[in-house]
Amino acid sequence: MKVKYFAWVRERIGKAEETIEPPAEVRTVGELIDWLARRDDAYAYAFEKPKVIRAAIDQAHVQQDAAIYGAREIAFFPPMTGG
Amino acid sequence: MTAIATIRIQEADFDVAQEIAAIGKGRADIGAVVSFTGICRGSENGEPIAALTLEHYPGMAEAEIRRHAEEAMSRWPLSGLTVIHRVGRITPGENIVLVVTASQHRQAAFHAAEFLMDYLKTSAPFWKREESARGSSWIEARDQDDAAAARWTKS
Repeated sequence: MKVKYFAWVRERIGKAEETIEPPAEVRTVGELIDWLARRDDAYAYAFEKPKVIRAAIDQAHVQQDAAIYGAREIAFFPPMTGG
Repeated sequence: MTAIATIRIQEADFDVAQEIAAIGKGRADIGAVVSFTGICRGSENGEPIAALTLEHYPGMAEAEIRRHAEEAMSRWPLSGLTVIHRVGRITPGENIVLVVTASQHRQAAFHAAEFLMDYLKTSAPFWKREESARGSSWIEARDQDDAAAARWTKS
């Protein structure tokens, strides 16, 4: 699946998007955050406060207990500050 | 005549008067037009800023604004609705966002404009980064914006 990062999540990880293949036991958005955070220091820094991170699946907001099965695109970003 | 929502995300500035004129062009059923313009302030928490840079999630930003525009049109009897949000680098005094709502009567237009702005602040995927003498940093979301959006879900 494709993963996109925005704002300081993108800056901390050092890339705007990538394709990942998490193992089958990673079932929810929250579990995916934990899995990504274990990759290296940059991911750990981006996801150091997992509760702050907002997520979207296929361009719609989701909670961290949402299932990732079948998702084409998952995005992680900080709370929004537009308007 | 049914309401049409015009939604644009763009780097270029917009002309407020032109957008207000466009929403009522050729129709005589509109009795009220409300417009809100969000402008880049020259200071944040008492400190001067040089510019804001707005990042967005292409695709989702349009979809989120459209979802809330449709909700506004289902909640209030609107004749027209325009939302324009700029992205990229914006300097103090420049426009950031425009919401224009048109209706037969003012109350629907006022309420819908406020509803849309409250939701744009908290659920449209845009992020502001500010540049100042101290460097640049991401602006943090404010609890009062969440509270402003939450009041529309109370019955």
